[in-house]
Amino acid sequence: MATSLNGSKTTDIVGRAQALFDDLSFEAARQWKAAQPGRKVVGYMPIYVPRELIHAAGFLPLGVLGGGDQLEVIHGDAYYQSYICRIPRSTIELGVSGRLDFVDGMLFPSICDVIRNLSGMWKMMFPNVYVRYFDVPQNYRDEIGGNYYVNELAELLHDLGELRGKPVTDDDLRHSIAVYNENRRLVRDLYTYRAQYPWQAPAPEVYLILRAGLVLPVEEHSQMIRDYLAAARDEERARRDNCRVVLTGVFCEQPPLNLIKSLELAGCYVVDDDLLLVTRWLTGDVPIEGPPLQNLAHAFLHHSESTAAKYEPDLKEKGQHLVRAVRRSGAEGVIFACPSFCDPALLDRPMLQHVLKDADIPFIAFKYAENSGQMQPIREQAGTFADSIKLWSGT
Amino acid sequence: MTTKIVTSKSAPAKEVEKDASMVKQKEMMAAHYDRLTSAPETGEKVCATFVPGNLNELIMCFGLVNNLPEVNAIQNGLRRQSGSYVLEAEKIGHSEDVCTYVKSDVGMMAKGNIAPNGKKFPNPDVLLLSYTGCFTFMKWFELLREQYKCETIMLHTPYMGDGKITKNMIEYMVKQLKDDVIPTLERISGVKFDIDRLRENLRKSTRAEDDLVRVLQSAKNKPSPIDGYFGGIYYIGPIFGAFRGTDDAIDYYRFLRAEVEERLAAGKGPVTPDGDMPKERYRLVVEGPPNYTHFRQFWKMFYDEGAVVVASSYSKVGGVYDFGFRHDPDKPLETLAEYCLGVYTNRNLPQRIDMLTNYVNEYEADGLLINSIKSCNSFSAGQLLIMREVEKRTGKPAAFVESDLVDPRYFSAANIKNRLESYFQMIEQKRASARAA
Repeated sequence: MATSLNGSKTTDIVGRAQALFDDLSFEAARQWKAAQPGRKVVGYMPIYVPRELIHAAGFLPLGVLGGGDQLEVIHGDAYYQSYICRIPRSTIELGVSGRLDFVDGMLFPSICDVIRNLSGMWKMMFPNVYVRYFDVPQNYRDEIGGNYYVNELAELLHDLGELRGKPVTDDDLRHSIAVYNENRRLVRDLYTYRAQYPWQAPAPEVYLILRAGLVLPVEEHSQMIRDYLAAARDEERARRDNCRVVLTGVFCEQPPLNLIKSLELAGCYVVDDDLLLVTRWLTGDVPIEGPPLQNLAHAFLHHSESTAAKYEPDLKEKGQHLVRAVRRSGAEGVIFACPSFCDPALLDRPMLQHVLKDADIPFIAFKYAENSGQMQPIREQAGTFADSIKLWSGT
Repeated sequence: MTTKIVTSKSAPAKEVEKDASMVKQKEMMAAHYDRLTSAPETGEKVCATFVPGNLNELIMCFGLVNNLPEVNAIQNGLRRQSGSYVLEAEKIGHSEDVCTYVKSDVGMMAKGNIAPNGKKFPNPDVLLLSYTGCFTFMKWFELLREQYKCETIMLHTPYMGDGKITKNMIEYMVKQLKDDVIPTLERISGVKFDIDRLRENLRKSTRAEDDLVRVLQSAKNKPSPIDGYFGGIYYIGPIFGAFRGTDDAIDYYRFLRAEVEERLAAGKGPVTPDGDMPKERYRLVVEGPPNYTHFRQFWKMFYDEGAVVVASSYSKVGGVYDFGFRHDPDKPLETLAEYCLGVYTNRNLPQRIDMLTNYVNEYEADGLLINSIKSCNSFSAGQLLIMREVEKRTGKPAAFVESDLVDPRYFSAANIKNRLESYFQMIEQKRASARAA
């Protein structure tokens, strides 16, 4: 077994990430908070919040992505009808069961009506927690959406300053932007490496490494990615005769880890995806010089990922991000995996499928919930897809 | 003043009692659909937009005809056509999980795009994506844009996450109106924007809004002369649709108000499809949209038991006027922004709870009933918390039924009837305990 520059093996690094993933009490974040008086933790839900602001206040941004397939939802179901997705009910479960009792603030990004309404529920259920619905512009002109967004960011920054008892300065923010630029560069490196050598950096491992970044301080996470990349590069792993796919639709409620494993076992290397988009939402470095909020706003408007929660003003551009992801990663097909009852993903899907059809890119689609346990149908579907690509892609 | 109408062959073969105002509204709607479907001949341009965030006063400044896809879906639901449209949409790849308004619309397009008057809908010249209160709107118009390949204008309304309208929100919206929406509408219509025309339209809106509020608030009386949910859907039709800011709307609401005041003076309850409601036994507040595929059957479950809906959140989905908001001609763009920001589903959950609590108390209701819609997350997510909270604050019982907007597969009459009957018993029990105490 090969080792990384600092001596870690991939199994050790992935083992740590897996332990963080399995820990539904967020012990690592609790320990971080307890290590110094005055530390605070601010949670956030998918898809995107500017974590730089939380970091600049000296707080730990904590990604809250529901309870996965290991959390028994007892109270959460009493808050939601059967026809609403699972992530809000398991998030409520995390809240009412005390697993988030150390969290000082929660941000609910603008992604869909369910998360939007959850922000109000959180306000009522946890009145001592700072709660903010984090709205982002759907107008991408600097003087319109940009101004609005800068003011929203300023308001959030002001609130975070109040929470810590001291305003957050521009220099604090510049430092945090630099730290997150570095983290995003590493995430992009990881994705590029996986696209080149998917057998060396299997999708379940990449997912776990990325997911660790939602609970660890960013500096520690950056080091984890460096270590993992170094270890993975040193290691020789068996290459399977798999096809290469882009996995899409998984940007909010998380698929069970077993689902990602099943895809690879069924013959599909995941070479790109829209999992945990917060880690690479901004597609390039945010400038350090100049006004930091304007820089973040500019990056959001002009250099950010496309996803279903974002309006695409140009019809010709609709879905092209997916075609580009396929071309960039050398994928041979796309797997649409959408959470049941997920409006953004499911409403977007037919449009994206039309774009893929026009581009002659094969695809399949299925639904899941974060606690889906039965993987056999998914394995069969993905396996057939992989076979069909291998058999007929040249014809 | 009522009129007997014999329904068409496709509807239940029974005479339906209608207020004169309902007849008047039917004529208005028919005229509007005729205007819409004859647009290719008359050369009028068509602007599709949504009920919440409907900027009819502005649209009219450019001589555009307003087409509202939700209203078309409702019409298809009431005419029992939406079921086949929903299936058609699912056949061509739309998920069974998503909004059935969207699927009804997409399915209708796939099956020829026929309007309620039997003629073909014209393709829109512009999609005005006035995006407030419902995330699905954005996807809906992206889907329509894909079909029609026409220009689409986004007007983004921020959500009232903290329960307040901020200066930043208003400025953002006004800028979008000034720099994006108005110039694009000018270009598409070929008509120069005239702010005085907008002011005049807004002035007309205010007059109709005043009368609408008087009508809705008449339900504070006992017995209530109106039903604020099933009947309310008729009352909001013109103002939430293509008539806000018109003389027709002023006339309609003046007429409606007089009609309601006449009923009030006579001590009458609401008119139902089976005639005057004999005795008011239960006064309810209802949260959530109705089911349209079985609208009459659903309503009958209420009036057969003497249940009147005295206030509803759904009758505020296209604008909340009963807490004082009126379109202000002196601040024409700001007032449009404020209107969009204030629609019911753009309010945060605590605000919605405050509103419903207020209704239960102000209208002296016996409790809150929630009709939870399977495919409408904007309304439905959080309703169980709303129910418990309103119950706690008012001390009045609440109940929960489930159905869908225009998908007939999700209307289970027996289940709903059962739950309603239990609910009425619960109210009786509460009353008995109160008397005993």
